[in-house]
Amino acid sequence: MGVTEHCVAEEERRVRANAREYNEKFQYASNCIKTSKYNIVTFLPVNLFEQFQEVANTYFLFLLILQLIPQISSLSWFTTIVPLVLVLTITAVKDATDDYFRHKSDNQVNNRQSQVLISGVLRQEPWMNVRVGDIIKLENNQFVAQADLLLLSSSEPHGLCYIETAELDGETNMKVRQAIPVTAELGDTSQLACFDGEVICEPPNNKLDKFGGTLYWKENKYPLSNQNMLLRGCVLRNTEWCFGLVIFAGPDTKLMQNSGRTKFKRTSIDRLMNTLVLWIFGFLVCMGVILAIGNAIWEHEVGVCFQIYLPWDEGVHSAFFSGFLSFWSYIIILNTVVPISLYVSVEVIRLGHSYFINWDKKMYCAKRRTPAEARTTTLNEELGQVEYIFSDKTGTLTQNIMVFSKCSVNGHSYGDVQDMLGHKAELGERPEPVDFSFNPLADPRFQFWDPSLLEAVKLGDLHVHEFFRLLSLCHTVMSEEKSEGELLYKAQSPDEGALVTAARNFGFVFRSRTPKTITVHELGQAITYQLLAILDFNNIRKRMSVIVRSPEGRIRLYCKGADTILLERLHHINQDLTSTTTDHLNEYAGEGLRTLVLAYKDLEESYYKDWSERLHRAGSASEAREDHLARLYDEVEHDMMLLGATAIEDKLQQGVPETIAILTLANIKIWVLTGDKQETAVNIGYSCKMLTDDMAEVFVVTGHTVLEVREELRKAREKMMDASRSVCNGFYQEKLSSKLTSVLEAIAGEYALVINGHSLAHALEADMEVEFLETACACKAVICCRVTPLQKAQVVELVKKYKKAVTLAIGDGANDVSMIKTAHIGVGISGQEGIQAVLASDYSFSQFKFLQRLLLVHGRWSYLRMCKFLCYFFYKNFAFTMVHFWFGFFCGFSAQTVYDQYFITLYNIVYTSLPVLAMGVFDQGIYTSILMFFIPYGVFADATRDDGAQLADYQSFAVTVATSLVIVVSVQIGLDTGFWTAINHFFIWGSLAAYFTILFTMHSDSLFRMFPNQFRFVGNAQNTLAQPTVWLTIALTTVVCIMPVVAFRFLKLDLKPELSDTVRYTQLVRKKQKTQHRCMRHAGRVGSRRSGYAFSHQEGFGELIMSGKNMRLSSLALSSFAPRPNTSWIETLRKKKGCEGSSAGSPSGAADKTLKV
Amino acid sequence: MAVNYSAKEEADGHPSGGVGVPGGGAVGGSGGGAVKTRKPDNTAFKQQRLPAWQPILTAGTVLPAFFIIGLIFIPIGIGIFVTSNNIREYEIDYTGTEPSSPCNKCLNVSWDSTPPCTCTINFTLEHSFESNVFMYYGLSNFYQNHRRYVKSRDDSQLNGDNSSLLNPSKECEPYRTNEDKPIAPCGAIANSMFNGTTKPVNWPKPVYMLDSEPDNNGFINEDFIVWMRTAALPTFRKLYRLIERKNNLQPTLQAGKYSLDIAYNYPVHSFDGRKRMILSTISWMGGKNPFLGIAYITVGSICFFLGVVLLFIHHKYGNRNTSADIPN
Repeated sequence: MGVTEHCVAEEERRVRANAREYNEKFQYASNCIKTSKYNIVTFLPVNLFEQFQEVANTYFLFLLILQLIPQISSLSWFTTIVPLVLVLTITAVKDATDDYFRHKSDNQVNNRQSQVLISGVLRQEPWMNVRVGDIIKLENNQFVAQADLLLLSSSEPHGLCYIETAELDGETNMKVRQAIPVTAELGDTSQLACFDGEVICEPPNNKLDKFGGTLYWKENKYPLSNQNMLLRGCVLRNTEWCFGLVIFAGPDTKLMQNSGRTKFKRTSIDRLMNTLVLWIFGFLVCMGVILAIGNAIWEHEVGVCFQIYLPWDEGVHSAFFSGFLSFWSYIIILNTVVPISLYVSVEVIRLGHSYFINWDKKMYCAKRRTPAEARTTTLNEELGQVEYIFSDKTGTLTQNIMVFSKCSVNGHSYGDVQDMLGHKAELGERPEPVDFSFNPLADPRFQFWDPSLLEAVKLGDLHVHEFFRLLSLCHTVMSEEKSEGELLYKAQSPDEGALVTAARNFGFVFRSRTPKTITVHELGQAITYQLLAILDFNNIRKRMSVIVRSPEGRIRLYCKGADTILLERLHHINQDLTSTTTDHLNEYAGEGLRTLVLAYKDLEESYYKDWSERLHRAGSASEAREDHLARLYDEVEHDMMLLGATAIEDKLQQGVPETIAILTLANIKIWVLTGDKQETAVNIGYSCKMLTDDMAEVFVVTGHTVLEVREELRKAREKMMDASRSVCNGFYQEKLSSKLTSVLEAIAGEYALVINGHSLAHALEADMEVEFLETACACKAVICCRVTPLQKAQVVELVKKYKKAVTLAIGDGANDVSMIKTAHIGVGISGQEGIQAVLASDYSFSQFKFLQRLLLVHGRWSYLRMCKFLCYFFYKNFAFTMVHFWFGFFCGFSAQTVYDQYFITLYNIVYTSLPVLAMGVFDQGIYTSILMFFIPYGVFADATRDDGAQLADYQSFAVTVATSLVIVVSVQIGLDTGFWTAINHFFIWGSLAAYFTILFTMHSDSLFRMFPNQFRFVGNAQNTLAQPTVWLTIALTTVVCIMPVVAFRFLKLDLKPELSDTVRYTQLVRKKQKTQHRCMRHAGRVGSRRSGYAFSHQEGFGELIMSGKNMRLSSLALSSFAPRPNTSWIETLRKKKGCEGSSAGSPSGAADKTLKV
Repeated sequence: MAVNYSAKEEADGHPSGGVGVPGGGAVGGSGGGAVKTRKPDNTAFKQQRLPAWQPILTAGTVLPAFFIIGLIFIPIGIGIFVTSNNIREYEIDYTGTEPSSPCNKCLNVSWDSTPPCTCTINFTLEHSFESNVFMYYGLSNFYQNHRRYVKSRDDSQLNGDNSSLLNPSKECEPYRTNEDKPIAPCGAIANSMFNGTTKPVNWPKPVYMLDSEPDNNGFINEDFIVWMRTAALPTFRKLYRLIERKNNLQPTLQAGKYSLDIAYNYPVHSFDGRKRMILSTISWMGGKNPFLGIAYITVGSICFFLGVVLLFIHHKYGNRNTSADIPN
């Protein structure tokens, strides 16, 4: 992304609504995006300049200049200029097309439409014209895509507005934003057009949860906070429309500020290649020096005397100077060891692999209709090297769909699929889902597989009825009924939505609510409960309750919450039931389901009166209101009766656990980095089998100070040390003192680490990061929760920095962009609403499970092929070039070439299209070149033709050596080709055919007649190749070159069949056995872990509902609406948000800690 | 790798639609028509499933190959060796470095010495030469393959191009012009033409007077052509004359005493060069060439021997479980 930097750092931002002229003088970043680099005029010079910045190109330019010096030129200039021009052209064409597409996509993005209020009229304006200070209209389910907005007004009462921020922070629950009251009244365009308030606020920054500013309007000051902001990347939900004032646009938006810098990614093969090329270059210089010295000596000993027939060149007066010149001559000749085409060939191969990835049917998602896409073509072989995967949770591992999957009512568990095997396969053998047709209000999308639950409802099981009644009453869901019977629930967390929907389908339909009532259709009968109180959720309480009065007048408290909390608050007569339910809970938790325990309690009228009186008083207290309320809530939620438990499945993406298992088998470590809560994250960890109950221990780090975090990390490490000490004593000596030793990694037993954002911030400090990394890397699984986008990137950076391992980051939302950019390889999940992640990624596909194929199939193939290719490439060039070295000893080190110069020019060009699937062994090259030269030498030393003429003339020799070379290299490639497909046949035979065709063309009479000075080898091919001796020589050379290779490989294969493969194979077998063990134990295991709770929502909604603020006037009119005593609920909401940020870790210990904040 | 590949294909079966979306898979397919489907083509090439022949180096293929190569190479080698041995060849070094040589007096002769220094060498052929006899001159330590030497010629001039005759190529320097007159043939190669009698700077007479016969003169003079085909190695021989067999009854050259008259006017001593005269018969594979035959026999034997060794190793230590491992 072309983030244009401001020259002067902005200190504060002044924005006046509807005043473009005023705002223009500040020159704020606009929404116009420009990522293209060239235009038609600048293309050629700029592109050439860029290309010659590459060392390789400059090097070849240098060679070209050398070749133009006649004393040095050992090869005519076109041997270099042809490939150089070819390379430059190909690159230029590629750059041009890239830039063309960039122009196109820029245009597309810039011209996206948005509704902008201009001089009192709403107009469809292209994106790029949206300026700071404009007022924009957004509609439901629309992405806030253009800018960070100040919410002015909305369709909902009180200027409320619901947003989903999954793109931004990965949290799945809905959040509420409110316009400040004065602007909330500006409902229509004419009013808004007159709005001329001025906002003075903080400069652009990357803090997603903070905003500070003031609105000046009509002589008044209004403070602004994050609560009034709609950030770019949010999705508007449950709100028909809203208006917003653009505060930050384009690169200044918080999202873009968070996205980190785009770095140029290089693969390790690139680096290897560069070092290799450097070494080879050094080698080349060495050879040049040797030959130059040889030349100087020769000229001194022989050349001086030979001057009668061959005088020295003009200007050459000493053997030493001649040697100096011949050094450069040899540099030119020998440059083919580092051929220019290497870089191009590598690019071509990578491009090919990218296409194979794009074409892969197995990475095509039919549901979303998106194929995989390799957006970067240069990283393919790195895929095979990945050691660490950093994954986002929401949308990547999970589908962000909650499904009511199981429940336990009165000691009876429902929801098991009536499948013989008991496992949930998505196959046809699955029975029909339960038929809810009896219920006209049922949600047709809801599916449940266990008919016995519905039967229990129909049979009138009171427990079951009470169970669903609770679900239909105890929640903060809002309902909307567009037409009769067409219910729409607006749930602020998907969990609650799932629960209420379940109750709805089983005949307990939550129909509507007012601040004081809840109307439920119980099995077709409308019953209105009086809502007396909502004891709201917060993450310390981990439960929520409602107190309702039934039409009969009975007051009952319904409560749902985390098992750890609720089970302690039950009446003691529940003991038996508790133990069965606990069993069920363990079972559910073992399957990775999110569980909730449901309970109720009947309240005496008198007690309630007293209690509510006290509640009222506490609520209006100005001091320690929270504590008072908490105490009161605590008091009433006691001695409850257990109803049962629910289990919600946070639907994983298809095949996630399997993929993770396989990736783990491949020794790839997977870290989950999520902005979501710890409980949710841990739960997902269990359901996708990253965490298992087999693990020796799951360390949870939730410290709030540096010391705490350090202590927790140290404890974790010590525990691991102790364990490994007992396993292998004496091996751990240097342990903590030595940095990042593999000691920790060799630890026996499986551990996992869970760390949350606060602690991570400390752990990432300079003096702790190594400690943290050591601990984390010793664990099999690492989960970081509540992390900000930048922290994600920091974690990746940390691993990159110290582990020197290849990292891959995968995510779907804008909050993953920074980590995607930081990792060696970034993968974006495509096919979803947001495209931020995809745009920043190197690869994109629509399902997490494709990662397996991408890494283990494509990555592996690319890597193997690239290695083979490089080896073969260097092999053939060494074989080719070293012949010159040996020839140097026989031609007075004069830098005479062995081959026809056309052969030199074409050797790499003809051959680069071919070796895509080839390989060879590096050092073989020299061996081959020796044979290649000395066998013909031996044969030709005294040979004569069959017509008596001499055979050992230079041209015949050249043809013989060249032909043997081509044949040997072809045989070698054939030998190395594992798979002979039609394409291989085509290229191998094709290149041989091409060689002979070109040979005969070059040596033809007609070419000689046209350019006698250029094509001197006239008639040579026909003459030479007609000699049996020549063919005997070629055959001999081929056999001698190939024979040892074959023998060696055969021995290797026969005696040590693919050592690495065997090891891998046995490892796999062993691990398979291990996992089987694990699975078996799974089945009959007694869970040690209680489930996390399933509330992924924010607190404050209960208050919101009771205040009636979020309800339409129409519904409010019906109720006797009495506003609660001056509780600025939004204030509470904001305050509580702070607490919630540090969701407690281990249920027992961390609860107190959170209170300290 | 081979087997992994196909196994993956089986195991990975195509995902059919998504969870909870019945017929989700069908949407992708049926959406065709007007909407361009983004689904990748299911072609063997794009899915990297091209039928492939996978050669594996097994005992069954490698060992026979070695034996066969051995069995082919040894007879060929023997054939070449025998043929080569049957060729008659006689070589005389007339450089005259040894004081006893009759040509010793001419050792330091210069190009333009007139009259030429002559010497006579007597030699005896112990065997008669039955078929056509080729007479070569040989030079050693003569760097016809030196880069500056090789390029010092003008092929368009030799091709008869008029402008090049008047203005020879720059490559010919310093033998391009002489006293502002172009040299033809120009360049170091032509200039240094080996000749018992030889007008470039070093030439005693112009190019059109190379031979008495008009058909064999100028640039198409055979001796000139032979010389202009530069040798690949510093030691080389070039064909000079052919002694044809007159009739079938008599050998071309009978065993006996001969004498070689040399007009010695090509100095080579300064750079340690040697001059030779070679008489040789030829066969189907050219002149005497013991190297090729020996090389073939050696390589053939090594192959055969390697075959035996590999067979032994294979039987003794060979991993017979290999095939059992691979299917997984």
